[in-house]
Amino acid sequence: MSVVAALSRPPGAAAPPGPGGPRRPGLRRLLAPGLLYLVLLFVLPVGMLLATSLYAPVPGGELGEFAPALRWQNYTEALAQFWPQLLRSFGFAAVATVATLLVGYPMAYVIAVRARGRPGVQGLLVVLVVAPFFTSFVLRTVAWKQILADEGAVVAALRWLHLLAPDGRVSATPVAVVIGLTYSFLPFMVLPLFAALERLDPRLLEAGSDLYATPLTTFRTVTLPLSAPGVVAGTLLTFIPAVGDYVNAALLGNNRSTVMIGQVIDARFFRVLDYPTAAVLSVVLMVSILALVTSYVRRAGTEELV
Amino acid sequence: MNGLRLGRAVVPTFAALGFVFLLVPIAYTVLFSFNDAAKSNLAWRGFTLDAWRNPCGAPRVCSALVGSLQVGLVSTLVATVLGTLLAVALVRGRFRGRGAVNLLVFLPMATPEVVLGAALVSQFLSLRLPLGFGTVVLAHVMFCLSFVVVAVKARVATLDPALEHAAADLYASGWQAFWRVTFPLLLPGIGAAALLAFSLSFDDFIVTSFTSGPFTTFPEFVYVSATRGIPPQANVISSAMFAVALLVVVVVQLVHRARRRG
Repeated sequence: MSVVAALSRPPGAAAPPGPGGPRRPGLRRLLAPGLLYLVLLFVLPVGMLLATSLYAPVPGGELGEFAPALRWQNYTEALAQFWPQLLRSFGFAAVATVATLLVGYPMAYVIAVRARGRPGVQGLLVVLVVAPFFTSFVLRTVAWKQILADEGAVVAALRWLHLLAPDGRVSATPVAVVIGLTYSFLPFMVLPLFAALERLDPRLLEAGSDLYATPLTTFRTVTLPLSAPGVVAGTLLTFIPAVGDYVNAALLGNNRSTVMIGQVIDARFFRVLDYPTAAVLSVVLMVSILALVTSYVRRAGTEELV
Repeated sequence: MNGLRLGRAVVPTFAALGFVFLLVPIAYTVLFSFNDAAKSNLAWRGFTLDAWRNPCGAPRVCSALVGSLQVGLVSTLVATVLGTLLAVALVRGRFRGRGAVNLLVFLPMATPEVVLGAALVSQFLSLRLPLGFGTVVLAHVMFCLSFVVVAVKARVATLDPALEHAAADLYASGWQAFWRVTFPLLLPGIGAAALLAFSLSFDDFIVTSFTSGPFTTFPEFVYVSATRGIPPQANVISSAMFAVALLVVVVVQLVHRARRRG
């Protein structure tokens, strides 16, 4: 079957009836390389990770020497030791996600609704949102470290406003890490929100006010529900990378009250050479995120994932 | 338009604060590229163009940059080709297991990078692959692929299949129709996907740090120097990349507008 024939079926049309098996050899050929790639470099590595999570140390072996086994205690031991870091990662990521939603919604609303019909302004604002992608992520996190430094202007202002004790600090605290996470993933919240709000029909908002709804009621009953797909996509795009991130925790935190699970996995892998524990924590992280995401998407009732 | 009046001034004020929050660290990074500090670029010591005149002056900063650019270009090329093919097949195809393929494409995006990194390095170590440029590219193509598929899929979905029918009616062969009709229409989407892939690859730290071994990229250079103090040259490179990216965006916009008019 030719490529064009393979391409030309309108989306949503049913496959022609026929005996079982894929019906479109042309499309299968397009599919094959990418699919093979994902199998070889995603499915197999994750399988390898599962296997490694059950490895046992070689008796009398050197540091970092492990052999295939079914040592299920790896799970109980790793969780007993590292549950606080695991829980903290989910907590930090959840707070940061709520913060990105609170900060990002007005931004997306202004870009999509207020700047509607002014493509120049809209384009400029979108560029400002994606601007962070153009500079180094690690360097910007280091910049936050300097901005929030004890002798910096931000902390001085907070102290002056009595929002912070005279000897209080932001750097090396959980607050600094959450600020960093919020900052890092804010664009990932604003962009899907903008996409959802842009599709919003302005006549619906007019109808709301024609029916004597207050602006707040219109927002609550029209705008917010219609932007739900954007909220779902934005929270996923923010929450998932935030849970596993360790750059913010490592650069902005202090390694006691702020250690996140990514730092533990990294250290187990490269410093302690304790591959099974690193693998256990990775598996637990992946499975709990998938479980959370699945139940969240079910509850939000949207099939549009990203 | 009463509904739009929702906090006429309140919402823009909050939005403006959000934009400031987003842009302050960038301004900081650019400002400190002009700082008169030789090694540790922590406190403001005065304005100078030294680092801009001599961007490779700090040890290893430019080799790290070149490494990142090479990884970014190769990964983008491979991920864009593979991802575009996957996206076309996924949107236009009705085959068994399509749901499973969609899930497989989605899963890497739903996996935290630290897990991807740990999984890949486990695989590479068990295959006894030496960590370096090659393993970094293999890893980057993997995580860029899903994003390319999602971006191109959105574009394919907006294409009218009737255009390809028309090409076929005019006796275009399958390949002719694809190259002359489908591909040019998909090009803006493919270009956007490639830009996204490049920025993801160029800026990646976590997956890279797991899979790079002795090979060093620019984000790794910055991370490692963060404890000792980052040289102003790193700020210069980051600022220059920022300027180039902005320029590309502006040019693309202008071309786009000119085409719409002309």
